[in-house]
Amino acid sequence: MKKTFAALAAAALAASVAAPAMADLVVPNLSYRTGPYAPGGIPYADGFNDYFTLLNERDGGIGGEKVQVPECETAYNTEKGVECYEATKGSGALVYNPLSTGITYQLIPKVAADGIPLYTPGYGRTSAANGKVFEWVFNYPANYWDAASVAVKYLLDENGGDLSGKKIALVYHNSAYGKEPIRTLTELSKKHGFTLVEVPVDHPGQEQKSQWLQIRRDKPDYVLMWGWGVMNAVAIQEAANINFPMENFIGVWWSGSENDVTPAGDGANGYKSLAMHGTGSDYPVYADLKKYVHDAGKASGAGDQVGSVLYSRGMYAAMVISEAIRKAQEIHGTAAVNAAQVRDGFEALEITEARMVELGLPNFGQPFAASCTDHGGPGAALIQQWDASAKKWNLLTGFIAPDDEVLTPLVMEDSAAFAAENNIAERCN
Amino acid sequence: MFYREAGDFKTSYRDDSQTFPIRFDRLRYYAVLVVAFGIIPFVINDYWANAVFVPFLIYAIAAIGLNILTGYCGQVSLGTGGFMAVGAYAVYKLMTAFPEVSILIHVLLAGGVTAGVGVLFGLPSLRIKGFYLAVATLAAQFFLVWLFNKVPWFYNYSASGQITAPERTILGVAVTGANTPAWAKYLFCAVILFALAWLARNLTRGTVGRKWMAIRDMDIAAEIIGVNPLTTKLSAFAVSSFFIGVAGALFFAVYLGAAEVGEAFGINKSFLVLFMIIIGGLGSIFGSFAGAAFLVLLPVFLKNVLVGVLGWPTDLAAHIELMIVGGLIITFLIAEPHGLNQLWRVAKEKLRLWPFPH
Repeated sequence: MKKTFAALAAAALAASVAAPAMADLVVPNLSYRTGPYAPGGIPYADGFNDYFTLLNERDGGIGGEKVQVPECETAYNTEKGVECYEATKGSGALVYNPLSTGITYQLIPKVAADGIPLYTPGYGRTSAANGKVFEWVFNYPANYWDAASVAVKYLLDENGGDLSGKKIALVYHNSAYGKEPIRTLTELSKKHGFTLVEVPVDHPGQEQKSQWLQIRRDKPDYVLMWGWGVMNAVAIQEAANINFPMENFIGVWWSGSENDVTPAGDGANGYKSLAMHGTGSDYPVYADLKKYVHDAGKASGAGDQVGSVLYSRGMYAAMVISEAIRKAQEIHGTAAVNAAQVRDGFEALEITEARMVELGLPNFGQPFAASCTDHGGPGAALIQQWDASAKKWNLLTGFIAPDDEVLTPLVMEDSAAFAAENNIAERCN
Repeated sequence: MFYREAGDFKTSYRDDSQTFPIRFDRLRYYAVLVVAFGIIPFVINDYWANAVFVPFLIYAIAAIGLNILTGYCGQVSLGTGGFMAVGAYAVYKLMTAFPEVSILIHVLLAGGVTAGVGVLFGLPSLRIKGFYLAVATLAAQFFLVWLFNKVPWFYNYSASGQITAPERTILGVAVTGANTPAWAKYLFCAVILFALAWLARNLTRGTVGRKWMAIRDMDIAAEIIGVNPLTTKLSAFAVSSFFIGVAGALFFAVYLGAAEVGEAFGINKSFLVLFMIIIGGLGSIFGSFAGAAFLVLLPVFLKNVLVGVLGWPTDLAAHIELMIVGGLIITFLIAEPHGLNQLWRVAKEKLRLWPFPH
């Protein structure tokens, strides 16, 4: 007994210190399959893993190099996130995608010091869109401030271009993530003359009675939600309980998955959310996923998340990362790229509709092109609505572009503050 | 045979009252110091610093702080997370307001600010005890977290409410910020822990500590023999909060680098530190170290065994890890209700008799 314990201890130490062979491309997946945010973390991690498995099985990796995706459980907790980052960065990690705004904030200075790109599609620090300041961080195709602006634009359209005198409540996760859109919404409320009511929900968000009582009393015309994990389902249930008109309730893209609406049953019918990409399993890529990954028994997790919104998003993130690696291989003329070369790949990345069709994802996401200054992409988003009887999301609009007139100065201001705090000189000049 | 008093002659009162009266213990203590300050800083890497040593050192400071209040003075506190947040936000405001002042001074000042806040929230302890006091300190926990979330001044009006530690140096070496070398992080925390543990040990065996223990054992009797409950209880709150504030400041500035109050300093932190001193042993400095080591190292160790060696799926490993840690806590406490410190003490007693037990 003692001996086996000692052997295990020695092996564990060796495993935590020794770096795996550097031959493969390493893309760590800092996922969370436990805790109150697991409803969002599991499908995302599955989609992320499955796409790389597909590339390995079908194409033999990227440019002939196999991709390794070591997974590390963070439980959406920043301390564990740091541990995971430190544990995996020595293994030749090419890019990080932690799916947590809190962990992203911690990693932004670290990745700059270690020279590893950080890719945060649709989350993280919004002002990282300014590549002049954030050399190592990329958040295209869209970010929180884009989302806030798109939601308001959609409401403007609904109201014939005038929101003056309307009252909009923001139900948000009381953390860095939920607070991100407040600055934009405040600016937009000044521009369009609506009143903004802030309704914070504390971690983990299982208890929201008082918040929805406040909403019932204040009678806002619209409710926007920045929620994640179990908080989403609870909010939608509570909104149904107070008979809030669901079509006036719009969630950000992190509050728009099947796991969020199904617990409320028919009550969730008509709930709207933003979307960064299409959803469902009608895309050609799913045939390959089924053939090479699921039927081969190589699926990640339980394999039951295919085609769900967050599975698609994890897959989308993996797709963008693999395209960036491909681009880096092309630029530097070598298949075994390193982290700094992958960063160049991210910066030169251009995703066209033609390329999306080749990848088996026609009309899935918006085309974008990154540059030295632009790490944020166009930022357009769709609006989707839940149909409870058919149990599916229906797209209501095409891609709506955000109001860059308001957003650009905010991004510049926030990134300039970060640059001043950390003595960063602007690049790309 | 080696571990005995015999042959170790004490010729002065000073020798008689030293912390480690047995020679073997003294040598062991010096050996630990040599390893901690002479060897580890030269071999440490980023992973060992950030995942193992730095959190262990910082939690040890917090555990000593809570042990002073709960273990030595008998005042139960559930406000540890809130007080750590005070330390973190104090050091953040100080770092950004006075960038030219040394970070070491800021950390100590942050401890001082926390001591003030601790005394304030310690006032109810003069009227209420036990569970009732625990509830009052729980209120402090929730109030402080709410305050740092609500008032933008504390986080310098940043868009997300996050606080981020800028780079600060000591003698030209960065100790906060992303460019900090692993050894500097480790050494900075280790030096502070050493100084504070030494201070705590000497406080607890002097007049101040004896007063705390008198209040803990029976407050009315203590009052009758002339111990002033007001100054004694409040001094325990002040010293304890100072330690916890320093731990909070290091936790944010050196370890995490960026923090948001609800997540980093929530009620879970309060419970974690409380469990550390319960598992380690109430009223013991060694127990604070042992408890912190147990609860910081065990999860990391299990994770490396289950995922790294056995190759289990991460979610299964995370669930099993919770069960194993929980099971071990219960087993330990059933086997030895006074914590790891008592096990250590029993082991030492046995060692003194070895190899001739009677």
